[in-house]
Amino acid sequence: MLRIYLTNALLLALSTLLVLFSGAASSQATDSSRAYTIGSKNFNENYILGEIISQLLEDSGFTVDRNFGMSGTMVIYEALRTGEVDAYVEYSGTLAEVIFPGEGDSTPAELNQHLQSEGIEALQSFGFNNTYALAMKRDHAADLGVETVSELAAQENIDLGFSVEFLNRADGWLGLIENYGFTQQAIGMDHGLAYQAIDAGTIDATDAYSTDGDLELFDLIILRDDLNFFPQYYAVPLIHQNLDPQVKNILRQLEGRIDEERMRDLNGRVMLDGKSFAEVASEFLTEEKLFIQTTSAVTGSSIWSNIYQNTLVHLQLTIIALSLGCLVGLPLGVIIYRSKKLSRGMLYVAGLMQTIPSLALLALFIPIFGIGKTPAIIALFLYSLLPILRSTITALLTIDPVLKRAAEAIGMTRFQQLRFVLVPLALPNVLSGVKTAAIISIGTATLAAFIGAGGLGEPIVTGLALNNTDLILQGAIPAACLAIITEMLFDVLERALVKPHMLVGQLPS
Amino acid sequence: MANSCIKYEVVTKSYGKKIIIKELSLDIPADITTAIVGESGSGKSTLLQMANGLVIPEKGQVSIFSKPINKVSIREQRLKIGYSVQGAGLFPHLSVLHNVTLMARLLDWADDAIQSRFEYLLDLFELDPELSPRYPYSLSGGQQQRVSLCRAMMLNPPLLLLDEPFSALDPVTREIIHSEFLRLQAIESRTTVLVTHDMGEAMKLAQQVIVLYEGRIEQQGSVEDIQNNPASDYVETLFRVGGN
Repeated sequence: MLRIYLTNALLLALSTLLVLFSGAASSQATDSSRAYTIGSKNFNENYILGEIISQLLEDSGFTVDRNFGMSGTMVIYEALRTGEVDAYVEYSGTLAEVIFPGEGDSTPAELNQHLQSEGIEALQSFGFNNTYALAMKRDHAADLGVETVSELAAQENIDLGFSVEFLNRADGWLGLIENYGFTQQAIGMDHGLAYQAIDAGTIDATDAYSTDGDLELFDLIILRDDLNFFPQYYAVPLIHQNLDPQVKNILRQLEGRIDEERMRDLNGRVMLDGKSFAEVASEFLTEEKLFIQTTSAVTGSSIWSNIYQNTLVHLQLTIIALSLGCLVGLPLGVIIYRSKKLSRGMLYVAGLMQTIPSLALLALFIPIFGIGKTPAIIALFLYSLLPILRSTITALLTIDPVLKRAAEAIGMTRFQQLRFVLVPLALPNVLSGVKTAAIISIGTATLAAFIGAGGLGEPIVTGLALNNTDLILQGAIPAACLAIITEMLFDVLERALVKPHMLVGQLPS
Repeated sequence: MANSCIKYEVVTKSYGKKIIIKELSLDIPADITTAIVGESGSGKSTLLQMANGLVIPEKGQVSIFSKPINKVSIREQRLKIGYSVQGAGLFPHLSVLHNVTLMARLLDWADDAIQSRFEYLLDLFELDPELSPRYPYSLSGGQQQRVSLCRAMMLNPPLLLLDEPFSALDPVTREIIHSEFLRLQAIESRTTVLVTHDMGEAMKLAQQVIVLYEGRIEQQGSVEDIQNNPASDYVETLFRVGGN
């Protein structure tokens, strides 16, 4: 639970950083011939809406890149602003409070004016209001006699667990404290996990959305917002102003199509019936007769092909990052190891890199490198640098000085000393550093899914959003296997490159 | 006295605040074996390493073959200087053959020249040719030290620097290598500088002895000179503990 809390705290930190860095970003021109990138946030409903938009465009012959499961409003909004994402579904209340904070109640017209100045257009709402709400177990609420938010605020010994975004929003927990006079402490946790926690009785109440498909599953009731505090959250597609008008027209077909009950139903099909987002989106579009072509109905793709695809992407991310790490780290270590100051300085910098939480680093890169694979690879590269650099420097420094002297004394040039004595002697240590870097990369690459880089983190992120352990395991197990296989491959490599008596710890005295 | 091979001119070397060699001047003659004798910390290894540029003095000048040593020229000069250290200093990742012949191969010697020189050296130090593919860790201390001497002599250098090469060996092995070394001296005259703390060894192998004490020359002369007229208690002590 602490890990989840920390993860969410990091997400918050990175959102803040993004605001600071947003000035550096530039918008990109759109081009009708290219693929459109559709984004989604990392919760059930937003995945479904993202999938609906994607399939609708694909049905009309457009190519769509799905960048789903992005974490935090600022991450995805920034991606839209910089043109990394062409469209995603946002909520009116979120727009007002998060994107234009402290400007009081904004009318839709005011909001649109703000958006236009950023090169963004909000289309008409899908029709439903997915507002924030506070949810409790039905029987527990009855026991306490709590039906309204005011009555909850009056309870003394209650434990509250909220999603971190809610915890820190003026229209969330902060506003509840102000308006309802809550004095209780609240902890931050992943939204999906909060339902499990409330089911287990660990917490008494959590934030929920009025369209949550699993309110029913967990037998939760929504407390009446008796002071009318929560703002309205109508789901609206946000698009780039200069998007192909044809695309805009296609998306307009979705206006007013989904009311709250419909959305709860669609959410439930994923949460309760275990269907994929693609299946539910396809069912919806078929039911609404929005498909032009009959062939495009989607059936669930097999688990194995998903795992295979995700593993390929995961390998791609780590192999490119690790190669870059070796390409930079190994020569750099060889160049600087003789200078104590330089190597200490470089190790310090590389160590500093390592201490930047992965998610924060990933988010920092969005304004510079956008979203997707590029920032993920750069972050993984930076993380691999420290173990590679450190092992190279240490390996070269710990070579027996008698051998260094002998190599120098028999008349070898600097390069010959390096090539025929220092590098072969350093190799076992260097290899184990590269192995460490590889394994760190495989683990860290799962976080890349938060910025739309894909890989084995994708089922994990989605699984967290859906509170679906199977899905989480579909990412976690292959990632663990990859780490183990990598370890074994490095052992094989070591045996091929290093003679047995040269392995670490077995140097003759 | 014969020509000077190594010339030290008022050299000083210190590590941190500790002065190892203090304003020392010395000529080491060509074609004979000179032993530098002294207790641990007397500066004898440092003095030796100045002769092949592993240690550069902060004051003074060292010349070999009448050419002053500097960081650039020393690389070429080292090909004319064989060097062997205590513990052999063999490269653990290379076989006996490759340890000995590495530099010859880097200098593009012809294969048959390498092979015949290698075989000659093995024979000289009574090493079994079957050892050639083996790695240093699998050799005895005596074998390692012999291989180290082979490596030092591979390029047939006119100058041989030996830094306590026999100190780590057991007495029996040491005796055997001593006699091999004397046989070598009988075959060819080569300028050799032997650093040792063992006065007995110095007397046995060298024609000239230099006694070093705290970075200065305590006494210099032929073996007989020093044995008959020790300059100080220190020199006498070296004789007494030297085992002879």
